Amino acid sequence: MALLDVSNLSIHFGGVKAVQNVSFSIDAGIVYSVIGPNGAGKTTLFNLITGVYTPTAGEIRLDGESIGGKSPNELARRGVARTFQNLQICMNMSARENVMVGAHLRLDRNLVKAALRFPALKSRDRELQTEAAELMAFVGLEKYVEARADSMPYGALKRLEIARALAMKPRLIFLDEPAAGLNPKETIEVDHLVRKIADFGVTVVLVEHDMKMVMNLSDRILVLDYGKKLAEGSGAEVRKNPDVIAAYLGAHA
Amino acid sequence: MLSQFLQFLFSGVTVGATYALAALGFTLIYNASNVINFAQGEFIMLGGMLAVFFTQLGLPLPVALGLAILVPAVVGVLVEKLAIEPVKGAETVTLIIITIGASLVIRGLVQVWLGKNTHSLPPFSGDTPIEILGATLLPQSLWVFGVTALVVVALWYFFNRTLTGKAMLATSVNRLAAELVGINTSWVLFMSFAMSAALGALGGILVTPITLTSYDVGIMLGLKGFVAAVVGGLGNGLGAVVGGLLVGVLEAMGAGYVSSAYKDAIPFVLILFILFFMPRGLFGAKVTDRV
Amino acid sequence: MHKNAYFGLSIVVAILAVLPFLLPNSFYMDLAIRMAINAVIVLGLNLLIGFAGQISLGHAGFLGIGAYATAVLPTHFGWHPLLAMGAGAAVTGALAALVARPIFKLKGHYLAMATLGLGIILNIAIRNEATWTGGPDGMPVPAMGLLGFELTSDKHWYWVVAILLAVSVWASLNLIDSPFGRALRALHGSEVASQVVGVDVVRYKVAIFVLSAVFASLMGSVTAHYVGFVTPNLADFFHSIELVTMVVIGGMASVYGSLVGAVLLTALPQALATFEGWETVAFGTILMLCMIFLPKGLVPTLAARFGKGE
Repeated sequence: MALLDVSNLSIHFGGVKAVQNVSFSIDAGIVYSVIGPNGAGKTTLFNLITGVYTPTAGEIRLDGESIGGKSPNELARRGVARTFQNLQICMNMSARENVMVGAHLRLDRNLVKAALRFPALKSRDRELQTEAAELMAFVGLEKYVEARADSMPYGALKRLEIARALAMKPRLIFLDEPAAGLNPKETIEVDHLVRKIADFGVTVVLVEHDMKMVMNLSDRILVLDYGKKLAEGSGAEVRKNPDVIAAYLGAHA
Repeated sequence: MLSQFLQFLFSGVTVGATYALAALGFTLIYNASNVINFAQGEFIMLGGMLAVFFTQLGLPLPVALGLAILVPAVVGVLVEKLAIEPVKGAETVTLIIITIGASLVIRGLVQVWLGKNTHSLPPFSGDTPIEILGATLLPQSLWVFGVTALVVVALWYFFNRTLTGKAMLATSVNRLAAELVGINTSWVLFMSFAMSAALGALGGILVTPITLTSYDVGIMLGLKGFVAAVVGGLGNGLGAVVGGLLVGVLEAMGAGYVSSAYKDAIPFVLILFILFFMPRGLFGAKVTDRV
Repeated sequence: MHKNAYFGLSIVVAILAVLPFLLPNSFYMDLAIRMAINAVIVLGLNLLIGFAGQISLGHAGFLGIGAYATAVLPTHFGWHPLLAMGAGAAVTGALAALVARPIFKLKGHYLAMATLGLGIILNIAIRNEATWTGGPDGMPVPAMGLLGFELTSDKHWYWVVAILLAVSVWASLNLIDSPFGRALRALHGSEVASQVVGVDVVRYKVAIFVLSAVFASLMGSVTAHYVGFVTPNLADFFHSIELVTMVVIGGMASVYGSLVGAVLLTALPQALATFEGWETVAFGTILMLCMIFLPKGLVPTLAARFGKGE
């Protein structure tokens, strides 16, 4: 059985059909990419699967359980993590704390114990600080461990989002344009990072415009255009698909 | 029965019209700057108090009333220039406190200058009540209805038919886009404060012959105007008018039929119900956050 | 932030310990007690406003519940003051929890409106139920006996509130730097980001709202006992605004800012009393100037200027 199974998924905003009847499934352990021109509905698709939007119609199943319309925090409990195309970093916190927030569900969140500084909570927090620093090193942010989030450059914040998502110890991670706005060197680093994440057995779903990176990393690719599924298959299959070529060249053959 | 109902209705619509003007003021400023102007009630108070002051000086009524609208408008502009513009883009709480500070200053100055007494203004056209189906309607109420209706029509025309009005509307929808097409948004802000202060003052003037005024009436009137604006869906002009009338009528009905002691609580009970069950107000648009 | 933060606590404790020996007379003693009471309320409110980023313009209403519970229940029903205080806190907590869920689906100005409305309704109820509350004139509060020991002198009161304050500062610091506190700050920084890592944002907002309301209620009871008299002004809109102003002027999301804000704004009316008749104007002007020139509040602005984080 596939890890994630999406069938006939649609969402309408007023008259705008942002995603229409999209179906696909993702096997555990692969890198799955979603590509398409701007406005094709890629981020909307992410928002639907991660619970930020509620679908108008269709079904999303995670391990066979229907998760359509569940809230993001319920999905987080089921091991779904994500990053954002438009950065969603907590600028009121330090870089390391941003990562530590990712471990939210793995911690004792009791208010009273926290206020009274229970030793167990404190020592767990100290472990987590080390863990967060390790995760930051993993994504290449070792020199920002003590930094404030609002003093970090854009490229570093992109990776901080990934570190935060990884702190959840997710089974499935959605990366929304992790390389957007990065220079070629940073892009290659992110490329390697995604590979490393996949090697740890985390299923990766990727939205990315950098075709080289997509072709290089993906086991399977879904192509969206105007909210509809245009094609799906391996990199080689998608590249040869005439509809995809037409959509990307802007003319229907 | 009917006459009693009509009586409550008349007084509700009269005071509701004031709330509507205040709510329109909230809406204008909110749309131009995303600021909730907690000093809005003070403009209502200023209108009434200044009208009293200028008529007592012996100025002819039209001149006195004109000044009682003009001065608050200038005060509104001063608030905007001195206190709002320097902190563009500040947090909501910061802006709320600044406008509350402004309201305290205005109230305090009026208290020092004109004293703590309650004042009244003679009705514009006598006080012979008009009988309708057993209920009485004060001629001043007709002034309130008439002028409010005129203002609403004039505002509608302004925002839909004039370039200036459209520029203000455009700024409220998307400030950046408005700036890009050459609209002077700082001027829009200026206009919004002037207009909303004038609207508040006008409401205050019209209703003073019926409800009396003093330096401290602004708080409650302003807060109820805010309720009216939120009832109608913050930012929606038509909603503000409907909200104002609704709040006024419900308040009068509640005071008449339920408990006059809790009259002032009624608008706030109403708003809690509306926010709990229709979180965007009656006419507010649903927004989806983009992430 | 951690080490500096707890260092600050030791300074606070030191100040609280020596202060009563430095104060020249009972006027200053009284002022110090009221500052400390306000500081505890503002600490709780800052968790809500500064750390979690949620506004409340109705907290004086909760304070009023606490104050009037300790006045009404012992007077009319012969309850023990401590029991009355607990009942006030429980009622406040229950009411806050009841209204919080719908309220916190709202944002920004709608949230401001809802909390403001709630506070005003509570105040009007206190003013109107004169049989129980004495109406606009207020009512006296029976003295509090604690384990056969009457809290009468200012000295006693000082030590009670000083200990409450020190504990509150400590607990606030602990809370902020815990999984719970990080979740609060995260939902302020980015609500959607906190949701996708598993933070149930409405639950957290409700929890901190209830907590800060209960703080206000308990300190309302303490105020009532200390002053020996309650009036509806304790629970009015203006007092809600004063409390929020203490948070903002001291510094949002700053524990020590809460203390500074409470100290300054409690002292301000005393200082302004010399401006006979001009108090309101002066108060309003100061509010505006502070917000225009120090929009982040005193403590964070000064901390940034001297290059140290809190």
